[in-house]
Amino acid sequence: MPLNLDTYLGVSAQALKVQSQRMEVLADNLANVDTPNYKARDIDFKAALAQAGSPDAPLALTTTTAGQVGGTSASGDPDTSGALKYRVPLAPSLDGNTVDAQMEQAAFADNTVRYQATLTFLSSRLKNLLTAITGQ
Amino acid sequence: MSSFKIFDIAGSGLSAQSVRLNTVASNLANADSVSGDPSTVYKARHPVFEAVKAAVAAQTLGGASGTGAADTAVRVRGIVESTAAPTERYEPGNPLANEDGNVYSPNVNVIEEMTDMISASRAYQNNVEVMNTSKELMLATLKLGS
Repeated sequence: MPLNLDTYLGVSAQALKVQSQRMEVLADNLANVDTPNYKARDIDFKAALAQAGSPDAPLALTTTTAGQVGGTSASGDPDTSGALKYRVPLAPSLDGNTVDAQMEQAAFADNTVRYQATLTFLSSRLKNLLTAITGQ
Repeated sequence: MSSFKIFDIAGSGLSAQSVRLNTVASNLANADSVSGDPSTVYKARHPVFEAVKAAVAAQTLGGASGTGAADTAVRVRGIVESTAAPTERYEPGNPLANEDGNVYSPNVNVIEEMTDMISASRAYQNNVEVMNTSKELMLATLKLGS
């Protein structure tokens, strides 16, 4: 029975991608902490993961003839655009900026821990696989 | 997977904040550069920040849903000079004084500049932290499975 590595790694591989995208969005908020009219954004993780993990991914190519490749998006990144949402500001400032640096820092730390947890899960899965291959 | 975009984003933040620190330094250094002519006296400078790809974000601002582009960064759109009037001071002994014995000192508000400096410094540190953390995570990802 051939082993499908994607199924074997489960949702962790997708989760890692979504978490790294979330890291980008949060870094963006922190970089724009003093930009007038900038609106803070965040990724709805649950929705993004559901979107990224769905079998009929929105960016999959349609194949009409044999020999065509029905890959996903060229970059291989999951499309999480629908899960990208604006943050509701607790105390919006006069210049239209809705970034709360402390909240963004907390979210970034939270995302970092989750990313590390996902890495641990992936790592242990790969170690299991290695044990099975070497038979030790 | 374009994980290195985060370094561009944090890097753009670092560069923008360092421009802001530069203008603060320039304003503070020239806080006492008097002139006999109100039109030639030094004027306080401040950078204006702008989010790159802000136009895409503005299109969907009405709805609660987000935009398609996750990657934006910050850039300095320009540096504006403060339009506040320079302070007039009667100082007939000053060699730069005009015929009425007045000199004009720049419209630099030193307290404002100092708080601006603290804000820029904190934002810079935030971006450095973001870069460090993501670097560690990238390295951990590279070591996956070992």
